[in-house]
Amino acid sequence: MDSVLWSVGGWTHDRNNVYELFMGSIAMKAILIMVLQRLSLGFLTLFVVSVIIFSAVELLPGDLAQEILGQSATPETVAAFRAELGLDKPAVQRYGQWLFNVASGDFGHSLANGRAISELLASRVGNTLFLAAYAAIIAVPLSLILGILTALYRNSWFDRSVNVLTLSSISFPEFFIAYILILAFAVKIPLFPSLANIYPDTPLGDMLYRAALPVMTLVMVVVAHMMRMTRAAIINVLASPYVEMARLKGLSPFRVIVKHALPNALAPIINVIALNLAYLVVGVVVVEVVFVYPGLGQLLVDSVSKRDVTVVQAVSLIFAATFILLNLVADVLAIVTNPRLLNPR
Amino acid sequence: MLDNILTIRGLKITAKIDGIDSDIVHGIDLDLKRGEILGLIGESGAGKSSIGLAAMGFTRNGCKISAGEIDFDGLDLARATEKQKQNLRGVRIAYVAQSAAASFNPAHRLIDQYAEAPLSHGLSNALESKQEAIELYRKLQLPTPEEIGFRYPHQLSGGQLQRAMTAMAMSCKPDLIIFDEPTTALDVTTQIEVLSAIRDIVREYKTAALYITHDLAVVAQMADRIQVLKDGRAVEMSETSKMLAAPQEDYTKTLWAVRNFQRREKAFDPKDIILSLNNIDASYERHGPKILNDVSIRVVRGQTLAVVGESGSGKSTTARVLCGLLEASKGELVFNGDVLPLNYRKRDKSTLKNLQLIYQMADTALNPRQTLLQILGRPLEFYLGLKGEEKNARVAQLLEQVELEPKRFLNRYPGELSGGQKQRVSIARALAAEPELIICDEITSALDQAVNESILNLLNRLQEDLNLTYIFITHDLATVRAIADEVVVMWQGKVLEQSTTEALFSPPYHEYTERLLSSVPQMDPQWLDELLLQRAKAEAI
Amino acid sequence: MQKFLSSWWGIPLSAQFGLLVITVYLLLVALAPWLAPFGETEILANAYEPWSSTYWLGTDSLGRDMLSRIIYGARNTVGIALIATLLAFLIGGLLGLLAATVGGVLDQLLSRMVDVIMAIPSLIFALLMLTIVGTSATSLVLVIALLDSTKVFRLARSVAQSIVVMDFVEAARLRGEGRWYLMRHEILPNVSAPLIAEFGLRFCFVFLFISTLSFLGLGTQPPAADWGSMVRDNATLISFGDITPLLPALAIALLTVAINFVVDWKLHAASGLKD
Repeated sequence: MDSVLWSVGGWTHDRNNVYELFMGSIAMKAILIMVLQRLSLGFLTLFVVSVIIFSAVELLPGDLAQEILGQSATPETVAAFRAELGLDKPAVQRYGQWLFNVASGDFGHSLANGRAISELLASRVGNTLFLAAYAAIIAVPLSLILGILTALYRNSWFDRSVNVLTLSSISFPEFFIAYILILAFAVKIPLFPSLANIYPDTPLGDMLYRAALPVMTLVMVVVAHMMRMTRAAIINVLASPYVEMARLKGLSPFRVIVKHALPNALAPIINVIALNLAYLVVGVVVVEVVFVYPGLGQLLVDSVSKRDVTVVQAVSLIFAATFILLNLVADVLAIVTNPRLLNPR
Repeated sequence: MLDNILTIRGLKITAKIDGIDSDIVHGIDLDLKRGEILGLIGESGAGKSSIGLAAMGFTRNGCKISAGEIDFDGLDLARATEKQKQNLRGVRIAYVAQSAAASFNPAHRLIDQYAEAPLSHGLSNALESKQEAIELYRKLQLPTPEEIGFRYPHQLSGGQLQRAMTAMAMSCKPDLIIFDEPTTALDVTTQIEVLSAIRDIVREYKTAALYITHDLAVVAQMADRIQVLKDGRAVEMSETSKMLAAPQEDYTKTLWAVRNFQRREKAFDPKDIILSLNNIDASYERHGPKILNDVSIRVVRGQTLAVVGESGSGKSTTARVLCGLLEASKGELVFNGDVLPLNYRKRDKSTLKNLQLIYQMADTALNPRQTLLQILGRPLEFYLGLKGEEKNARVAQLLEQVELEPKRFLNRYPGELSGGQKQRVSIARALAAEPELIICDEITSALDQAVNESILNLLNRLQEDLNLTYIFITHDLATVRAIADEVVVMWQGKVLEQSTTEALFSPPYHEYTERLLSSVPQMDPQWLDELLLQRAKAEAI
Repeated sequence: MQKFLSSWWGIPLSAQFGLLVITVYLLLVALAPWLAPFGETEILANAYEPWSSTYWLGTDSLGRDMLSRIIYGARNTVGIALIATLLAFLIGGLLGLLAATVGGVLDQLLSRMVDVIMAIPSLIFALLMLTIVGTSATSLVLVIALLDSTKVFRLARSVAQSIVVMDFVEAARLRGEGRWYLMRHEILPNVSAPLIAEFGLRFCFVFLFISTLSFLGLGTQPPAADWGSMVRDNATLISFGDITPLLPALAIALLTVAINFVVDWKLHAASGLKD
């Protein structure tokens, strides 16, 4: 916008651009360094977490081979099987092998039924992502709008009732909300199915319909959190002297919020979104169990009760990696949108 | 009345304090003519900022205008709708805040913030308003006026920002500007530039102004008339020259009567050096920029040595190095003939006991969860091994020494005390250790004038009674003149000169010292004009 | 008494409700054997008996009295959550204070460890650990206390850090005071208020977390009564329009709502926001 305006007043135009370019290059470099630092820290975390998850098996009391083959197996077969699994090699070597396999999509075999884990995961990853994305698309805009509105009209009856509603929704266990929704919209008023049966060949329209109740549950929980945090972030900024100044300049309340409060509340809001998206990915676990939705969460819970460690390992790694990556994205975005960093001294 | 731009009658402002409505402004009347500058002066809690904002029909969170009229050119702002007020604000009444750094939005360029009011009120187009901005920046003597507007707030210095904010206030050529302590946060040498810039521009555009400050000498330069306020009530009002020459009310006189106590003549041996800093270098990071550069200071036993300088001069760093809180990277500290370890952790108990520090902010220097008995009792127990009755008796004695009644105060918490009382407790805590030397780091700068003076008096008396040596860190030259025997002037981490107070305040002056001394506002309303004239002449030569 | 009454009416309605509910729950925990009409694990009748004068809330999938199990459930669910939260505060609070006071390498080490643990979603971490150590009440308490102590650590550390830089702490250091005195007398009294408010919130979180794990069948093991698993065991009834299985869930929700109301009020009062 500036360049268009200033091409008319040519004399300042050039100087301005030179200044801009000069400051710009320094700023970009500083930001690049910060982003790279954050990225490398993120990948380091991911590495450490993968080590922790790998060690889970090592910590398992008893012998993995024995566990799989059962107590009746002869020592010879156990030893042979150990060699086959590579358990006779040192832990570091096995970790390297495991990481390499995981990177190439091979998660090993289930202890419970011997099937390839990647096969178990195949359709479930997509299903869970579908559920989380479906909920996010509704929840993010909804909570941002609610957050801004409650911040604008804070202490009004509207704000107060939303506050009580969200406080309650945060306090309810997810399965409680889920069952209330089932009772209301599947049993009393049979609008939606209470079980979310989804198969690889289910058409999209049907999927949206069948997943309606699980998504509603997730949305209720996530919106409550996200909206409260958005509201707090905006109110925090509204208390600052520059917002008072904006009001004393006679700007409309709408302009004060959009032009003066929002740009400065952006970083905390991005954080809030990322935090809740990450939460969403985990929150699906309970919802999937209630609605018997064939996703990763259900697989995880089943495997934990069967103590099927290799599957738990694989699913945990996927969840943890998603969580870490989302937080990483948020941090990078927060750096990139910070005006003080974009325009250093 | 007719040529008034602003007429306030019976203004009451109510604030909710601990859930109870209480008045903070009790019925104020004000008249402001077109083009006139009215100074509002008072100490903290006088309600001057609240009145300033109320003149725009605005109150801060938790406050409300509970009675009275605020007539701005025919419109009663106490009863006007939000929309009506919105149309006035920024256009016909503008505001300049105390902290420009906090009041500019960090996300936008200065010039865009300048143009915002004229654009959103439909008074100007983008191009025109930006041209005007540059013109104003030039008039306010900002460096590189064509470019400076395209920077972000955090890229400017405090003095520059304050001028940019004045420019922003002028953007719609308002009839009235509220200046709310615009130079309070600035150093004296910077303050001059901002004051003269503000005054010139206001005169040029014949804008009326409410100038709010606690500094009498500043308001003397700026205002045609002065209104004195205390605790939300009007004390007295008259023409500036009349007010300065013959204040009527006792309260006003206490504001006027600066440092009317005499420094006693002390007998000391100039060779009896209690402490010396020899060639000290210090920085906050290893290999970071030097905050102190080859600093050498000698302190004579029984004297008060003032270390004076502006922000960034290294005066507070000197105090931290002395205490061993910041380890000097080079040089040595000699105390009573012994070389001191540079880190306080390596000092023995008797050294720690003999060197006490009093902080600027008594609020954060006293643990809010301890009673005065605990606060003062601990050093007695720790250094002197006092216990039980003996300790309690000594605490009572200490409270008496700092003029606080023991019975009333022993079991109170710091939160229940006023600012001056807290500072007295800090002094008592330092005394409890029975030290030889006390370092006072800006201990009066957060206090009101009258309180300030009583604290200085107290320190003076204690010095006499207990043969103490003080190192007094301050930016305030009036304080220096009042209490110091010797003065060290610091600038950008270096000691410029060390001399007796008499020598410092009489010619020949060191170049920077002269600039510093001449920048301190004087009560004389002509002072600023004369100073600027002098400086212009000096430059011409 | 009069003083109590006058201060009671000064509290907002939501907080009054919250305090009342918390008191009732504490009574349930203390007096369960006297209040419950039947034993916790007694099999009395057929499965899924409807509400009647004998079995006020009917019977569960194994024919045990629902009401009695809900009353006993308070002990298991609330009790375990309370122990886990206390443990988390003991570990996290102490280490947080220590990290803030001592600083340096210890602080770095503890903080990085906490960062890594917090980089994994709690539920996933808990499930992973429960797979390794197996599901039992003890392992549940330990795992959750460990996970939650990271959050307490962060809070305690950051609050204590804001105190550690205060002049009065520096003044005590300059006096020559030792580390223990600083923590005990200068810092702790100033961090206790926010930590107590946080205790309420952390308890809610732990309580919901345990209920969720129990609901997933990975928490308290049968036959002990536990609200989360009671919902799961009787969930089939919901599809017939019976609300009985939701009652234990309601019991969970009621307590967390109550605590949140009280904490909200306390925080609001402490922050000095009056409107």
